[in-house]
Amino acid sequence: MWMLKRTAFTLLVGAIVFVAVFPFYYAIVTSLKSGTDLFRADLWPTTVSLANYRNVLTEGSFVRNLINSLFVSGAVVALSLLLGVTSAYALARIRFRGRSALLFTILSVSMFPQVALLAGLFELVRMFGLYNSLFALIFSYMIFTLPFTVWVLTTFVRDLPVEVEEAAILDGATPWIIITQVFLPLMWPALATTGLLAFIGAWNEFLFALTFTSNNAQRTVPVAIALLSGNSQFEIPWGNIMAASVIVTAPLVVLVLIFQRKIVSGLTAGGVKG
Amino acid sequence: MIRMEPEKARAAHSSLTAQRVRSAWLFLGPMLLVLAAAAGWPLARTVYFSFTDASLADLDARQWVGFGNYFSVFSMPSGRVLYDGLLVDPVWWRAVWNTARFAVISVTCETILGMIVALVLNAKFPGRGIVRAAILIPWAIPTIVSAKMWQWMLNDQFGIINVVLLNLGLTSAKIAWTANADTAMAAILVVDIWKTTPFMALLILAALQMLPREIIEVARLDGANPWQIFWRVTLPLIRPAVMVAVIFRALDALRIFDLIYVLTPNNVHTKSMSVFARENLFEFDKFAYGSAASTLLFLILALLTIAYIRIGRISLDGGR
Repeated sequence: MWMLKRTAFTLLVGAIVFVAVFPFYYAIVTSLKSGTDLFRADLWPTTVSLANYRNVLTEGSFVRNLINSLFVSGAVVALSLLLGVTSAYALARIRFRGRSALLFTILSVSMFPQVALLAGLFELVRMFGLYNSLFALIFSYMIFTLPFTVWVLTTFVRDLPVEVEEAAILDGATPWIIITQVFLPLMWPALATTGLLAFIGAWNEFLFALTFTSNNAQRTVPVAIALLSGNSQFEIPWGNIMAASVIVTAPLVVLVLIFQRKIVSGLTAGGVKG
Repeated sequence: MIRMEPEKARAAHSSLTAQRVRSAWLFLGPMLLVLAAAAGWPLARTVYFSFTDASLADLDARQWVGFGNYFSVFSMPSGRVLYDGLLVDPVWWRAVWNTARFAVISVTCETILGMIVALVLNAKFPGRGIVRAAILIPWAIPTIVSAKMWQWMLNDQFGIINVVLLNLGLTSAKIAWTANADTAMAAILVVDIWKTTPFMALLILAALQMLPREIIEVARLDGANPWQIFWRVTLPLIRPAVMVAVIFRALDALRIFDLIYVLTPNNVHTKSMSVFARENLFEFDKFAYGSAASTLLFLILALLTIAYIRIGRISLDGGR
């Protein structure tokens, strides 16, 4: 009986790992095949070829798309952390009227469906001449990174001991000094988590990137991959698509595996407590 | 030790408070401005556009049409009465039905599977860290990439899933999973459940790990079997956390766009509300009509959120 339970449990664990990992593994296998090998469903590559990676990185605009994605995601992280840290301090440590209403408003923004903002954002983006510009993406991504960043950082700051701040207040430190000299050094764990989650959110975003850019040179990688097509409608370059997918995903997987504990705590701070 | 007269102390305290409140608004200002410009204003404009006849080609040449995009009645000279607008558009209602069905099935499956994975990860066994790392992989993969990976695995001619099913004798012919009317929604569901179950599992796992071990221990000493412990002790205790996770997932599922747009393009059997709205906004040159659909989607989500919070009595004010 005990053996049976043990075996069943091991099988369950094996199944979970297999289902979780197999699609990504299969994408890697496919990306290493070339020519007609692609159309044989092997579980491992019989001959390894890097031709697909060469195609993706030399033909077309994929490298440009990668740089675009890096630039947009980096800027989004920097901006949301900057605005998030100062707001979190104000929301967590200073008592003022309307504070909880404000927190509630910020949280409700994160529940806005992106499509509901699309028409209004499109008008705004065109009005400021930002159509087909990466700045339109940086601006619009604030909608989903900023509320989350503010929320998680606020819960983090609230949990820090009051004493660290009181000593600084007695010394006559201004709120700006308190934030930069007292809180910032303590906030690195929370900043790493929220920064990483904001980066992933911006890196993966599709709807705004699809709508506010119109040519290959301005596209980010998710849009580029979605629109990657062959010479004809019927000839989908699966090898290239899988190579591009692996290039885009591998850094994320590595980051997530390194920071897995932080990510889990960040997700739960934003989810369960929120 | 600092000593002050009571009045002086109070005066110093209140001036300090005033200074802190001032700086609070100074700090919050830029963030609120960005949110107002990026979320508040666009939302208001979308709602406004839904009451006009704006077109993509020329947003400025628009006229107020009231509720025309939502519902309007025409009396034909022949005496026939025609109804028009979103509320009588079968394509819209089809999208509402697709989205609702998708949300209910995916969130239910994700909660159950997430619970199972969380319970597994909550047990102590060798290699637990590796398993937890492995289930984070689907979560880390961009939605578009997951859609492409699965599109390839589900490919009708060369996809590995068809090959395996054929070899095992489970199917007699290759199936066009993402194109068939009967299987397209199933394909969407499978990919979504694969991608989001880890999120559910991690949230539930966090709740499980906050449970005091003694309670479970006491129940076990009282002779309760694991099944009873789960239903009578564990589940009631983690219910609030699970409810919050379910709400977050449900709101996410109701606004689904990427996966459906990429995995099953132009398929009426999977088209969601978001896909419908974007299509009208930017592909069909019915900007105002698309705005009306966006507005309705926003209203539906807002009402559901409020209802959920009221019924579930979930505290969202961040207090504990």
